[in-house]
Amino acid sequence: MASPSDDIILETRALTRAFKGFVAVSEVNLRVRRGHIHALIGPNGAGKTTMFNLLTKFLIPTSGQIFYEGTDITRERPAEVARRGIIRSFQISAVFPHLSVRENVRIGLQRRLGTSFHFWRSERSLECLDEQADELLDAVGLLEFAGETTVNLPYGRKRALEIATTLALDPALMLLDEPTQGMGHEDVSRVTELIRRVSKNRTVLMVEHNMGVVAGLCDAITVLQRGQVLSEGSYETVAADQRVIEAYMGSTETTLAGAHG
Amino acid sequence: MGAIVHRPGRDFGFGLLALAVLGLVAPWIGLYPVFVMKALCFAMFACAFNLLLGFTGLLSFGHAAFFATAGYAAGHAIKVWGWPMEAGLGFAVLCSGLLGLAIGALAIRRQGIYFAMVTLALAQMVFFVFLQAKFTGGEDGLQGIPRGRLLGALDLADDLNLYYAVLAIFLACLALCYRIVHSPYGQVLKAIRENEPRALSLGYRVDRYKLLAFVLSASLAGLAGGCKALVVGFETLTDAAWQMSGEVVLMTLVGGVGTLFGPVIGAFAIVGLQDQLADRVGSWVQVILGLTFIVCVLGFRRGIAGEVAAWRERRRATSR
Ligand SMILES: Nc1ncnc2c1ncn2[C@@H]1O[C@H](COP(=O)(O)OP(=O)(O)OP(=O)(O)O)[C@@H](O)[C@H]1O
Ligand SMILES: [Mg+2]
Repeated sequence: MASPSDDIILETRALTRAFKGFVAVSEVNLRVRRGHIHALIGPNGAGKTTMFNLLTKFLIPTSGQIFYEGTDITRERPAEVARRGIIRSFQISAVFPHLSVRENVRIGLQRRLGTSFHFWRSERSLECLDEQADELLDAVGLLEFAGETTVNLPYGRKRALEIATTLALDPALMLLDEPTQGMGHEDVSRVTELIRRVSKNRTVLMVEHNMGVVAGLCDAITVLQRGQVLSEGSYETVAADQRVIEAYMGSTETTLAGAHG
Repeated sequence: MGAIVHRPGRDFGFGLLALAVLGLVAPWIGLYPVFVMKALCFAMFACAFNLLLGFTGLLSFGHAAFFATAGYAAGHAIKVWGWPMEAGLGFAVLCSGLLGLAIGALAIRRQGIYFAMVTLALAQMVFFVFLQAKFTGGEDGLQGIPRGRLLGALDLADDLNLYYAVLAIFLACLALCYRIVHSPYGQVLKAIRENEPRALSLGYRVDRYKLLAFVLSASLAGLAGGCKALVVGFETLTDAAWQMSGEVVLMTLVGGVGTLFGPVIGAFAIVGLQDQLADRVGSWVQVILGLTFIVCVLGFRRGIAGEVAAWRERRRATSR
């Protein structure tokens, strides 16, 4: 029964997206293994976020196909893809600013109650989710802020909240767009630890500029440059690849480690 | 924290009680019941509109269509078909709700100003249908709608009887708005308003939530329109004209977008202003309303209720 492709949770075939002639993603064949933490790296403007937008259907591909669990999802809409278990985060923190921190997570939990269209019911009926919400908040170190209005949180904490909300849906495949961007050292290591912990029973595809994080965390890496796959493999393979080093530093002298801050 | 937790439910309860008491005594302190009834109907209309603008973030510029559709539907059912008044109102709500479903389905995919334009265009089409159709009486309007009896017993031809019936409907409408805003559905709506892409990426089919909001808003606007036709006893094209869509925007803005009581305050302010000024300045009323609109948009965007809420918020913050 176990064919080799059973282990591939997400696959793209010749995925391409052009903006008015400018090709942001070009013929990308990406294969993400189940259970892996897979990094998508590349210089600014390489097409990483565009890839995420394509995978989650926020953008329609110009050509090419996307398969999730062997099913062609190229034509599906964002909410349907999310319902299949692919949940993304955004490069710029995406929270609900005027909801409380706990309510943010509850929005993630709420859908499975099946009462999300019930306009005649009291919102008190959502309180049965509070315990679960608090557990998730605890996992990302935000429990003490549960009642706070989200807009008042510092940036790093908002990103952590975003991960908690994403986790609330218990996604099979989590897409994280630069989860540690704009964070201080302490927050970076906390979020790295968190990702490692929550990746236990799921697959993670993440965009990450911090090579320290990538090296310590990821099982596989795909390097994009100008919309094309430049190199892929383990960290050691990729870091030793001359083309990658050139792309990042514009010279062959330096090693990849530490590139891109 | 702890002791000073803000409880919206309690605040709303007090507000509703205050309105109920005010409403009960109004006819006894010299307020003309027909005037208050009309204002209550417009207050319902504004609350319905605010459900969409304030709590969903969609600016409809075609709500007159729902208001007028309900007026004609109630009038026709009661006058021509001889239906009891309750059935006529129910039919009015159903008609405007279905029209809401149709217009909403066409408009909901558009964003921002395009959404407003599509709703305006469709509402204008409804206007022309009403202008041409037989059952509306065209330019003459539908005249002589009987008020009938409440539950077949209470004679509503008596202004005071009808007044208390309308007051009860109004209070129920307001309570329903509160319930919608503070429901599991209301939570999702709030999330969508705050960050639509995020709600989408969490698997919420955003368009369906917006469409439901549109239908609810249209239905309640219909309840308002049906009641108003009963109160004045006729229905004319004035209610279907684009100016009526503009007036409800104005009422909501003056009172306070996204607050539960704001539209009520705004409706009373505008209807009162029109009532007071109509005899004295004639068509200058429109100019004065226009100026009010400009002052609101430039000066106090939160509206009356919004400014009061902000002031209370500041006091609460300093007393901590
Ligand atoms: N909606 C759009 N319209 C036009 N061009 C776009 C659009 N979105 C992205 N691009 C272009 O596509 C290219 C890839 O952008 P993308 O955001 O995917 O890069 P990225 O790899 O995420 O970069 P960064 O590291 O800065 O986040 C850029 O040149 C960008 O200008
Ligand atoms: Mg990016």
